[in-house]
Amino acid sequence: MAILSLNSVSKSFGALKVTDDVSFEVAPGEVLGIIGPNGAGKSTLFNLITGNIRTDAGTITFDGTDVTGQSPMARVKAGIGRSFQIPQPFTHLSVYENLLVAANFGGGQGGREAEQLCVDILDRTGLGDLAEATSGSLSLLQRKRLELARAMATSPKLILLDEIAGGLTDGECVALIETIKSIHAQGTAIIWIEHVLHALTSVVERLMVLNFGKMLTIGAPEVVMDTPAVREIYLGIEV
Amino acid sequence: MIWVDTIVQGILLGGLYALFAAGLSLVFGIMRLVNLAHGDLIVLGAYLILTASTVFGLNPFLAALIAAPVMFGLGWLLQAHVLNRVLGADILPPLLVTFGISIVIQNGLLEGFSADSQKLSVGALDSASLALGPVTLGVMPLLTLISAVAVILILNQIFYRTALGRAFRATSDDAATAGLMGIRPRNVFAIATGLALVVATIAALYLGIRANFDPTIGPARLIYAFEAVIIGGLGSLWGTLAGGIVIGVAQALGAAINPEWQILAGHVAFVAVLLVRPRGLFPRAND
Repeated sequence: MAILSLNSVSKSFGALKVTDDVSFEVAPGEVLGIIGPNGAGKSTLFNLITGNIRTDAGTITFDGTDVTGQSPMARVKAGIGRSFQIPQPFTHLSVYENLLVAANFGGGQGGREAEQLCVDILDRTGLGDLAEATSGSLSLLQRKRLELARAMATSPKLILLDEIAGGLTDGECVALIETIKSIHAQGTAIIWIEHVLHALTSVVERLMVLNFGKMLTIGAPEVVMDTPAVREIYLGIEV
Repeated sequence: MIWVDTIVQGILLGGLYALFAAGLSLVFGIMRLVNLAHGDLIVLGAYLILTASTVFGLNPFLAALIAAPVMFGLGWLLQAHVLNRVLGADILPPLLVTFGISIVIQNGLLEGFSADSQKLSVGALDSASLALGPVTLGVMPLLTLISAVAVILILNQIFYRTALGRAFRATSDDAATAGLMGIRPRNVFAIATGLALVVATIAALYLGIRANFDPTIGPARLIYAFEAVIIGGLGSLWGTLAGGIVIGVAQALGAAINPEWQILAGHVAFVAVLLVRPRGLFPRAND
């Protein structure tokens, strides 16, 4: 059974249809990549999955439950974790406290269990030395790591990563990929929106292409990237 | 040595102002809500203590133990069913609503208790004092200051040592993202207002013991509370204590020079601090 299933999901803002009859499934533990030009509706799709935006039509099923009408809070408690394209840490809280909030309220864990989980995640994401730093003082890379770490602290079954590699150097990107692979190795399903294709294709098992809110294609990365329509629309290569 | 005594009395008075202000600071710090009814809610707390004290024949300190949970419930209901509806980018609706609540409380108290002045009595403790050389410490003013420090300490422990406190601070930073971390911002706001009214009940206890009160004195307590919060720096609880003490000392010094200058001196100190430090004495680092 799929961990996440979208069935004919649509969303419009006024006359602009930003998500147009999108249907796909993600298997437990699978890594799905999403690509598409700016304005294709990728982040909107994440907002629909997390419940930040309500669907106009269609259903979203997570872990066997129809979550279409559920609040974002209910969905994070159900196991949908998320990082943001523009990092949104709680700037007055320390890095460690940011994770504790996610573990306590999103993951439903308390006491020593939550503390140990957060310490482990800090180590895995390379933030161990910054645990007591105020998150408002972090660099972009550190904030992106914190986004990932905080999403992990909610103990998700599915984690949504929104352009987490954007703006990073090659070395930073390699370290991030290793962290994402370690999350995958633990059996967590991942959906990853990314413009840094080499990072994305080194991890994902399937790739989906969005354009003008529509799903163009979905499949193995090498097959998808070789599709003439994808090369033309996404890469701007005339075929 | 009279000046030493005056300054000490001012510091003790500052404890009362800090208690007036702590609840206001708490609510503003978490949800950026300026509660114009805060002074009237303190007065309402004083009448609740008076009622519990009269009906059950209790010492006001014990009566406050009954009033505090009632006030917590009232604060929770007020936030959950009224104030949450008007919170948003526009600061005007909450101001108007809390102004309306202020009028409702004042008129409700006038209807229920008349305009007569009331006072809470703790017997001999009302006027008990300790002589420390040239300084005389009133027991009640001393208890007020100790309570103010204890309240600020406890609130700080809640803020920085508990999951609830982290939820307060996370929601204060970004309520939408807090929701995505499994926090219910509206419930957090309701708990915060409930907690603020528990603090208001403690302020009410000392207000009622130390001075006469009637249904119309709330707005003046609100002014002192505002000044203490702003002098201390918005959102800083220790700053609020310092702000209360600044006003208290200024009033005591003003009164020592000329009794008519007492209230004025507090307001002048407020303006003077703002001229030197517009963001208050202890502003949050990256507000």
